[in-house]
Amino acid sequence: MRLTYIDDFRDPATAKALVARIREDAGDRPVRIMEVCGTHTVAIARCGIRPLLSGAVTMVSGPGCPVCVTPDGYIDAAIALGKERGALLASFGDMLRVPGTSSSLEREKGEGLDVRVVYSPLDAVALAAGSPDREVVFLGVGFETTAPAIAGAIRTAAQRGVANFSVLSSVRTIPEAMGILAADPDIRIQGFLCPAHVSAIIGADAYRAVASERRIPCVVAGFEPLDILLGISMLVRQIREGAARVENEYTRVATGAGNRKAQELVAEVFTPCDTGWRGIGVIPGSGLRIADRYDAYDAERKFGVPVLFSSEKTACRCGDVLKGKIVPPECPLFGKACVPEEPYGPCMVSSEGTCAAYYKYGAS
Amino acid sequence: MHEKILLSHGEGGKRTRDLIAKVIARYFDNPVLAPFLDSGLLGRIEGEIAFTTDGYVVTPPFFPGGDIGRLAVCGTVNDLAVCGAKAFAISCGLILEEGLPLETLERALAAMKEAAGEAGVVIACGDTKVVERGKGDGIFITTAGLGVSVDGWKPSPSKVRPGDRILLTGTMGDHHVAVLVARQGLSITAPVLSDVAPLAGLLLPVLARFGDGVRFLRDPTRGGVGVTLNEMAATANARFVLDEARLPVREAVRGVCEILGFDPLYLANEGKAVLIADAAVAGNVLAALRDHPYGREAAVIGEVGEGAPGVRMRTLAGGLRAVDYPVGDQLPRIC
Repeated sequence: MRLTYIDDFRDPATAKALVARIREDAGDRPVRIMEVCGTHTVAIARCGIRPLLSGAVTMVSGPGCPVCVTPDGYIDAAIALGKERGALLASFGDMLRVPGTSSSLEREKGEGLDVRVVYSPLDAVALAAGSPDREVVFLGVGFETTAPAIAGAIRTAAQRGVANFSVLSSVRTIPEAMGILAADPDIRIQGFLCPAHVSAIIGADAYRAVASERRIPCVVAGFEPLDILLGISMLVRQIREGAARVENEYTRVATGAGNRKAQELVAEVFTPCDTGWRGIGVIPGSGLRIADRYDAYDAERKFGVPVLFSSEKTACRCGDVLKGKIVPPECPLFGKACVPEEPYGPCMVSSEGTCAAYYKYGAS
Repeated sequence: MHEKILLSHGEGGKRTRDLIAKVIARYFDNPVLAPFLDSGLLGRIEGEIAFTTDGYVVTPPFFPGGDIGRLAVCGTVNDLAVCGAKAFAISCGLILEEGLPLETLERALAAMKEAAGEAGVVIACGDTKVVERGKGDGIFITTAGLGVSVDGWKPSPSKVRPGDRILLTGTMGDHHVAVLVARQGLSITAPVLSDVAPLAGLLLPVLARFGDGVRFLRDPTRGGVGVTLNEMAATANARFVLDEARLPVREAVRGVCEILGFDPLYLANEGKAVLIADAAVAGNVLAALRDHPYGREAAVIGEVGEGAPGVRMRTLAGGLRAVDYPVGDQLPRIC
């Protein structure tokens, strides 16, 4: 097994040259760039890129961790499905420690709630097929990358007649959230580093509206260090030119049009809707609910347990972190009352959360 | 003999005697154990004594490159070796599950015998218990080990100074990935073998030769090099700065890590040691380690820096970041 194709994207000499180019292009007025995606946030922290660019580029972390932006009300609804309707809950592992209004799935599991960790939505369909006497609810949390897999699971359940399977959907779409953040004068974003995997599905063209309407350059970039540095360099050059184009650094995977097959599957199973983002609020058209033709697989409708959204009242400043208004160490709870073992806010829970990345890799 | 372990093999009666006399004694054939008294009589011992204990619950018990028997001997020998002690006697407590195939037990015993022979250690006493089906997982082994310290060498973390070098005796994560592959039935083209090995022969001559030029050392088992270095930095109250480009990782292990999202820094090893050495002798220590079959791929992976205690890493991209304790998903029961 040779990994030279990965090493090519980690070459130290090229990284050094790119850092020099970014610094030269940026001049003495630092630019503010938001990395939208949680995987970028972790990669940037892990590679130590933020301090390398200090003074030239301020990297602001965005809301791109699906676990972090899932509101309290979703966790409350999941717990209600398990406790009041006796459903067997199937979830990605990251969701377990996310706090709801008064409890978490992990805490309820300790009290006897039946929660199983699965690695794929299809595993939950298999779980349902193998437990015909139980209602199995998959906690479908994710962005455009996860949406096709959840859609595929729902269609598979429908085709195979697995009637005891349903999904509590909390699927979100990224470009709509970027539009809201771009319009927020408190955040002052000058460029978006756009997600790699999300873009592989939706295509780089999906950011055209944000770029042209908000006059903000967008660059799709991969997750390796050189992908990120090149993506930042492309953004800095556009910012200096006063341009606002969509560019694609990640051409080896993402195309302009994206993955048509995945898009068709998502369009068949889901319908756009307004949805609430933790810390941000309700963003019009930024959610995907299960389409009427598949309503038998929509846990909210099947069991009459709706996901309620309310703006939270807490000392935790995850909302400001998710919007890029503050960096995690500026939150009074960071590293004190809120640590990965005992998270207070969702940004510390998920491995892709901004606070968790700062906590784990932050060097001071 | 029966083909499988029965509850009566652990009840102290005839079957227990048969198991000891006809099976265990065939593998552990030495004058200390042979009289089968309640203790092994070791006689008079010269030198500073080190004492350690460990339990082995790895699943599956056999994996590419090793097994629970070899692991039990090597783990104990290595815990003594990284404290500068040569193991001379270890105990063997067997906890067997009803229904365990006798052949499995014999394979584990044969591996213990072979590893003990290689390490020059005597299995001096033992115990066998059988638990009901479902109350164990085939075979568990517990050990205790006695060792005698290398003359004149003691761990001295307080002597760690900025500029000291951090050495690792070989590649990271081989054991962890070997067990993972065996457990999950993953199919990968390049086989990964566990590195499980007794390290006294590699380490003790280095300690005898370089004295307190080697400040202290640890074996990076559970939690890997990342956790071990954090513990060492806390003990020495020092700042360790690693160089990502110098961390030795086998290609196949890297491949598995890339696919599954593991960081090799946190993967377990069973035949490696991390040493902190005076910069003045570090080059010679490295050469001495590389002269031994278990140290061929030894490397200097970083140095002791100035500043607040903890572990940092100079990344390939040229940045600096923290290396902290991991939180959350670790693969359980790997040793």
